[in-house]
Amino acid sequence: MLIHTMFPASRYSIQAQRCIRVLKTVKADHAPPQLYTWRWKCSSAVTPRITSHYTICPRDKDPRWEGVEMERFADEADVVIVGGGPAGLSAAIRLKQLANEQEKELRVCLVEKASQIGAHTLSGACLEPSALNELFSDWKERGAPLNTPVTEDVFSLLTKKYRIPVPMLPGLPMNNHGNYIVRLGHFVRWLGEQAEELGVEIYPGYAAAEVLFHEDGSVKGIATNDVGIAKDGSPKDVFERGMELHAKVTLFGEGCHGHLAKQLYRQFNLRENCEPQTYAIGLKEVWLIDEKKWRPGRVEHSVGWPLNRNTYGGSFLYHLNEGEPLVALGVVVGLDYTNPYLSPFREFQRWKHHPFIAKTLEGGNRIAYGARALNEGGYQCLPKVTFPGGMLIGCSPGFMNVPKIKGTHTAMKSGMLAAEAIFPKVTAKDLASETAGLHVPEYEDNLKKSWIWKELYSVRNIRPSFHSYFGLYGGMVYTGVFYWILRGKEPWTLKHAGLDSAQLRPAKECTAIEYPKPDGKLSFDLLSSVALSGTNHEGDQPPHLTLKDDSVPVANNLAIYDGPEQRFCPAGVYEYVPLETGEGMRLQINAQNCVHCKTCDIKDPSQNINWVVPEGSGGPAYNGM
Amino acid sequence: MSRVLVGVKRVIDYAVKIRVKPDHSGVVTDGVKHSMNPFCEIAVEEAVKLKEKKFIKEVVAVSCGPTQVTETIRTALAMGCDRGIHVEVSGKDYEAMGPLQISKIFAALAKKEEASLVILGKQAIDDDCNQTGQMTAALLDWPQGTFASEVTIDGEKVKVVREIDGGLETIKISMPAVLTADLRLNTPRYATLPNIMKAKKKKIANMKPADLGVDEPPTRLAGVKVETVDDLVAKLKANGTI
Repeated sequence: MLIHTMFPASRYSIQAQRCIRVLKTVKADHAPPQLYTWRWKCSSAVTPRITSHYTICPRDKDPRWEGVEMERFADEADVVIVGGGPAGLSAAIRLKQLANEQEKELRVCLVEKASQIGAHTLSGACLEPSALNELFSDWKERGAPLNTPVTEDVFSLLTKKYRIPVPMLPGLPMNNHGNYIVRLGHFVRWLGEQAEELGVEIYPGYAAAEVLFHEDGSVKGIATNDVGIAKDGSPKDVFERGMELHAKVTLFGEGCHGHLAKQLYRQFNLRENCEPQTYAIGLKEVWLIDEKKWRPGRVEHSVGWPLNRNTYGGSFLYHLNEGEPLVALGVVVGLDYTNPYLSPFREFQRWKHHPFIAKTLEGGNRIAYGARALNEGGYQCLPKVTFPGGMLIGCSPGFMNVPKIKGTHTAMKSGMLAAEAIFPKVTAKDLASETAGLHVPEYEDNLKKSWIWKELYSVRNIRPSFHSYFGLYGGMVYTGVFYWILRGKEPWTLKHAGLDSAQLRPAKECTAIEYPKPDGKLSFDLLSSVALSGTNHEGDQPPHLTLKDDSVPVANNLAIYDGPEQRFCPAGVYEYVPLETGEGMRLQINAQNCVHCKTCDIKDPSQNINWVVPEGSGGPAYNGM
Repeated sequence: MSRVLVGVKRVIDYAVKIRVKPDHSGVVTDGVKHSMNPFCEIAVEEAVKLKEKKFIKEVVAVSCGPTQVTETIRTALAMGCDRGIHVEVSGKDYEAMGPLQISKIFAALAKKEEASLVILGKQAIDDDCNQTGQMTAALLDWPQGTFASEVTIDGEKVKVVREIDGGLETIKISMPAVLTADLRLNTPRYATLPNIMKAKKKKIANMKPADLGVDEPPTRLAGVKVETVDDLVAKLKANGTI
């Protein structure tokens, strides 16, 4: 992988040697063509081994794990929170605020897979300060990094060469009066500092890898990731088991499409009465531009070019006011797109060449890049959020207001409501509970009575209105007529199109898209972009992009859809390369490049990719994204 | 044979792309991911291994810098060090600080703590100086085993296999001594969560360089660019260097 050659060899030489040794062994044991016998699912095609993670290849039957100590150290807390984003931190802060007010002891532990709080946070972002005002009425004195109030709001419909301005009438959901442009990573970092001051135990660099259950099926807590497993799945000398954190209630705030949440949906059947969640991928860059072009507080949004009318998506460009002439810009593409040849990354790169955008960026320098999936489902896709022993908060169940393109304020509010619902129960002297893990259905009731629910209900029909033949134009007309005039009071609720992964049409029915080559000044290639995200993982570990069946990518994804994962992954993790021996292709997974966006888990047409969490502190190193 | 001092440095993580500040005064460090220097991790691992083999009783992790370096000391504590020392230096002083000041601090601490060994990483990945270990040994007038790829304690002496340009060199030095760790010395262990939690209870002492009798780093003079080699020789002769 090219990324290896960009960094000094000193750190890699010992690991590279180990990798080569290990891979030689794997190759010798399982040289193609050969049938697999001890994988739980046999494949008859000539498939080199890809997946070695223990979630697919169980360790209890693996002879290499015989005699390895698998006991875990366990600790008790009152509340454990998974995820150090706006929702998780707001919940932690609210819990401690209540504990301090009422002079009660409460142990709150928060685990976060990033190496530091804010390093995996990525968003536009225009923050609506409503939830922050409720959490900290004195946020200005405390130094919250809300430095850029929105001064101008511009909306455009782009064509290949021109721009049609769309008036930003007050009352339209995109209107940003009273909001702040923030670098969400820095805001989350500040929330983390506030939480630590209040006494929350924050553990960045430790990923929650497993949900633990009591005998009665309620959630007991989580276990952090094991460390020291080699790429082929065998234990290394430095192998150590993760740790168990037990709690009365566990809050899951993993963000959009969390991997533990995926398990919980199945375990507790939380999605039986809602539509499957639909998503988009957001790609973002931060640029240092020419001072003459800098207009701090300016918010620009666009729809139209380069996406066609049936592909949902749009762009943003925000001018920050934090000393340097920085702009945050990016493109969001709905993951219900149908053309497998579409590459969200390359759409983003070519969008920057539009004259209206290029004129701001000319003479500037790109300093950051990243990507993340986001929710588009809204009201129709909200699952049940409480279950015995735990609850879901933030973008994990998905409270994003899609037309406003804001989810931070609702995520924070959901965290606060969760805290307020749990607090009386975890501090009660006599805990009369049916289950060992506390069930707190009051959280869901509180959500339904709050402004989150009203807000999501009023905008529920805007996103699905894009699914007609008229696509984008139909959606804009619907928003103008029904939302602006009726504010969502129409008595019907439109449906989404179904699972994003089921929307792709076979490659032979679609036309390939000719993307322009990156020019190195405004647009760039994928690998140099990935290098800017600062992403890295311990090389000698099983790839965390696990495949339920190693033969499916070539047999299905490549054969029918021309391998869409090589195009939708914003980090170049998936590559189809020719087989070393004989004809045919194989899937190569460059797990070290992963930026934890979750798009592959969402969009894989075979739903064969299961993203699990890698060793903690791996992943992107975003700074104020 | 009681105490080992291990130096750890907090540096910008090796996978992060460095950005120069717009005013060219340095690199952007605010909010950027930092981690323990990889060679310092190897040094800590070696010290903890020696303690596990019962050659030494106590491992003390030392770091110089602003408040954030306490996180790096905590990681060292989680890997098995017994206590930490944070020598506080911040702001302009920290930016001006170089291997000479650090080695003066380490030399003073080694004497104060009556250490038998000082183990450092061979170099830091941000400045690649490769000077601190050697300078510390010189200030203390102790023997040095640098670029160590194997360390064995043999009574009152230490056998060190060094990685040098020509291959491997084995030397036997008497203690107290300074060792610097090279890449192949060991594979550092992970700082697991239960150990991080335990490390929160371990002590980190706080002090200033002045407490150790080390003065401010001198202000660095600007360099001069010359056009030809002859100019260079003339300038060096003029200021008395040659």
